[in-house]
Amino acid sequence: MHLQSLSNTDPKAAVLRGIKDATPIVLGYLPIGFAFGVLASQVGLSLIEATAMSIFVFAGSAQLIAVGMIGAGAGMLAIVLTTFIVNLRHLLMSAALVPYLKGVSKKKLAWFGYEITDETFALHSTKFRKAVPPLMESFALNGTAHLGWVTGSFLGALAGQLITDVQTFGLDFALPAMFIALVLMQMQNKTFLVVGLFAGGAAVIMHLVGFGHWSTIGATVIAATSGVMLERWKSSKE
Amino acid sequence: MEIEQRIALTILLMALVTYIPRALPLLVLAKFSLPKAVIAWLRYVPVAVLSALLFPALLMPDGKLELSLSNEFLVASLPTLLVAWRTKSLFWTVILGILFVAVLRYWWV
Repeated sequence: MHLQSLSNTDPKAAVLRGIKDATPIVLGYLPIGFAFGVLASQVGLSLIEATAMSIFVFAGSAQLIAVGMIGAGAGMLAIVLTTFIVNLRHLLMSAALVPYLKGVSKKKLAWFGYEITDETFALHSTKFRKAVPPLMESFALNGTAHLGWVTGSFLGALAGQLITDVQTFGLDFALPAMFIALVLMQMQNKTFLVVGLFAGGAAVIMHLVGFGHWSTIGATVIAATSGVMLERWKSSKE
Repeated sequence: MEIEQRIALTILLMALVTYIPRALPLLVLAKFSLPKAVIAWLRYVPVAVLSALLFPALLMPDGKLELSLSNEFLVASLPTLLVAWRTKSLFWTVILGILFVAVLRYWWV
């Protein structure tokens, strides 16, 4: 083991800190997980299927999108590829955590990667910049967040069998609302704003033209590539 | 209480394509690092993919363009954006967003 574990050596205290730090994430995951569970059961997923998806995939936006696509009768390939592109962003987050986790065993890293989400990443990267806590603390944080997500999904799927009209409650707005918050948090500078507007506009046009479920992937690739080109063009002007 | 084979396979493949980008950098980047161009591109993926999902959801909730005040998603997106901007909280944005849409459905259209 390495330096970080020499300080804060009490493992019990570390686990408790991790659980406490995860509380705001759990508060966010419970309603979104609930909405996912309700919508999943509306498109015909069983309680086990909805809960299993939250255990194994653990990716809020991708799961909600997948459920929407299942409801719309999309093919498996389109669902899986959309999930891939939607979750590709975690590649960068994972890469950003590498310098803080040097010397950690492969087995533990393999487990750690399983529970990297937008929210756990945001919290870890903030904490790691100050001081890397004992590994147990980070695992406790991840596990608590994951448990919150699974719990919300389970309760939602359970309630979904009772709620007949999701629309009346506005639950179908859970995903757009979440995206509004996430997109806003992404706006680091003007280039990001341009890329976002471009991607959004391109996606709408591609839907209208008839690209269907492939519009998301297409618009993302085009817009992210234009972002890089715009960035290069800007820096070449300076 | 059953698990359909097609759904089970979909979940499995979704888990796989989600896990790979999350774990791969942790497992291999200790030795290698990503090319600069790839990192630059990846930085824009989150904002691009989220916008590519958000815009159609707001502008064409039923599959066709609906730029009108009877589109409750579009109308609700404005106060929701305000909440997101002021609170910076995923929790409050989602809860109030759902509430806005529910209210609009009762009293608006």
